[in-house]
Amino acid sequence: MNIFKHISTARTALLILLFGFAVSGCSANWGWYVVSPSTEQGRINLGFLLGGLKYTLALSITAIAISVVVGLLIALPGLSEKRPVRAINRVYVELVRAVPILVLILWVYYGLPQIADISISVFWAGVIALALSDSAFQAEIFRAGIQSIDKGQHEAAQSISLNYTDTMRYVILPQALRRILPPLGNQLVYMLKMSSLVSVIGMQELTRRANELVVTEYRPLEVYTILVLEYLVLILIVSAGVRWLERRLRSDERQ
Amino acid sequence: MNAMTPSNQLIVLEDVSKMFGDFQALKDVNLTVKPGEKVVVCGPSGSGKSTMIRCINRLERHERGRIFVDGVELTDKRTDIDAVRGEVGMVFQQFNLFPHLTVLENLTLGPLRVRKLSKADAEARAMDYLAKVHIPEQAQKYPSQLSGGQQQRVAIARSLCMEPRIMLFDEPTSALDPEMISEVLDVMSDLAETGMTMIVVTHEMGFARRVADTMVFMDAGEIVEKAPPETFFTKPRSERCQTFLQKILAH
Ligand SMILES: Nc1ncnc2c1ncn2[C@@H]1O[C@H](COP(=O)(O)OP(=O)(O)OP(=O)(O)O)[C@@H](O)[C@H]1O
Ligand SMILES: [Mg+2]
Repeated sequence: MNIFKHISTARTALLILLFGFAVSGCSANWGWYVVSPSTEQGRINLGFLLGGLKYTLALSITAIAISVVVGLLIALPGLSEKRPVRAINRVYVELVRAVPILVLILWVYYGLPQIADISISVFWAGVIALALSDSAFQAEIFRAGIQSIDKGQHEAAQSISLNYTDTMRYVILPQALRRILPPLGNQLVYMLKMSSLVSVIGMQELTRRANELVVTEYRPLEVYTILVLEYLVLILIVSAGVRWLERRLRSDERQ
Repeated sequence: MNAMTPSNQLIVLEDVSKMFGDFQALKDVNLTVKPGEKVVVCGPSGSGKSTMIRCINRLERHERGRIFVDGVELTDKRTDIDAVRGEVGMVFQQFNLFPHLTVLENLTLGPLRVRKLSKADAEARAMDYLAKVHIPEQAQKYPSQLSGGQQQRVAIARSLCMEPRIMLFDEPTSALDPEMISEVLDVMSDLAETGMTMIVVTHEMGFARRVADTMVFMDAGEIVEKAPPETFFTKPRSERCQTFLQKILAH
């Protein structure tokens, strides 16, 4: 039900946007031939632009997978009763959150190899920077999610002698995950958008490819319009997917 | 057996005190429970009934005094706490079933993870106890699909699956609709007949009269009265207990 509503919203948005371009096309000097599927060069250009999609996806998905794990590991000390242990969480979150993602990308790609004496690929520099930055937000999301689970659940687990790891793994996290799925979905969308920043170090994702095509074809309006549409469609699809997953998990729990 | 433990007592509380900040929830509480003994605890709201039984399986940490369960003294040591929790089952007012697991999974989690039973053995044991609480047909359902009375019986079965020597009940029927109270009390009476050692916080005085060996009345963090039911209900010594009994027996 909801998913159709969502898709139809996406379609409406697209139509409005295309309509807007068509109308404005009357006054502006459009040159859609650069990406026209009816010409040889147009097809090549379009293929080049869309080819960035796999890198955008690979970057975002790898980064979010890592940041979820790191975020959880950072969230757990944040739930401790001991102040010094909680401090680990606070310091990490505050520090990482204070650094702009773009700065982190530059630092990891240009700076890290010098102190660590390693060579790092553009892709992994991007993944590390995005994951690091996102992990601070993930840590906060997990902490809030775990804290939202009723105290009685911990007590019931303790009363059947479950240890800390089993309590988290079998009782608390499965319930917390269901609750934090919406903010996790938001983070994935955010990550897809922020992955465009990795273009500055030369990652061949959507934004970088658009930039390169603009340089050779000198048609910024058309190329960037395509870029806008690429992100729009991608993100609307991902949002719909997240909603679908949310509903499935909720019906699983039957609460 | 610990040399300090008074002999043939399963649970011993010695001058146990508990603070919540500045507020003293338990004041020098002394209580002993023999194997197989049924203790029913009553008293006004806020008198420390929950706090007392929660100290026995370390859901609360007592500050002063000593608690022994089957000869093991409860200290901050993990091994002691685990040893005691292994012997003590607990049933909560709000059931606290795991909502994302089926009834069967609720029951097998502890046996699988803690007792290291095989899946087949854990499930056989779970079905056995589900039959004892009269709801074997609900095994595949989720807690939210059951009535309150059924949920509480699942919670009892979940504790029993750990095969504890002692069962603690904290107002197990207070969250239930009136028509479901008896099905839970019946299960508890059956359990009492098996010889299980039980401490039950409840205001169900009919149940108390039938099942209790010892009645305990608490007020303001203290055990004010402790007596066998016959004496407790007919000639309570303290005035506080008399007033309390009049109030709850009136309705
Ligand atoms: N975690 C806590 N923090 C602060 N105070 C608490 C806490 N738990 C209990 N108390 C206080 O300790 C006192 C005893 O509480 P307890 O829950 O043991 O009472 P009770 O006899 O079980 O009452 P009820 O019949 O309402 O369940 C109460 O005044 C309560 O407010
Ligand atoms: Mg209570």
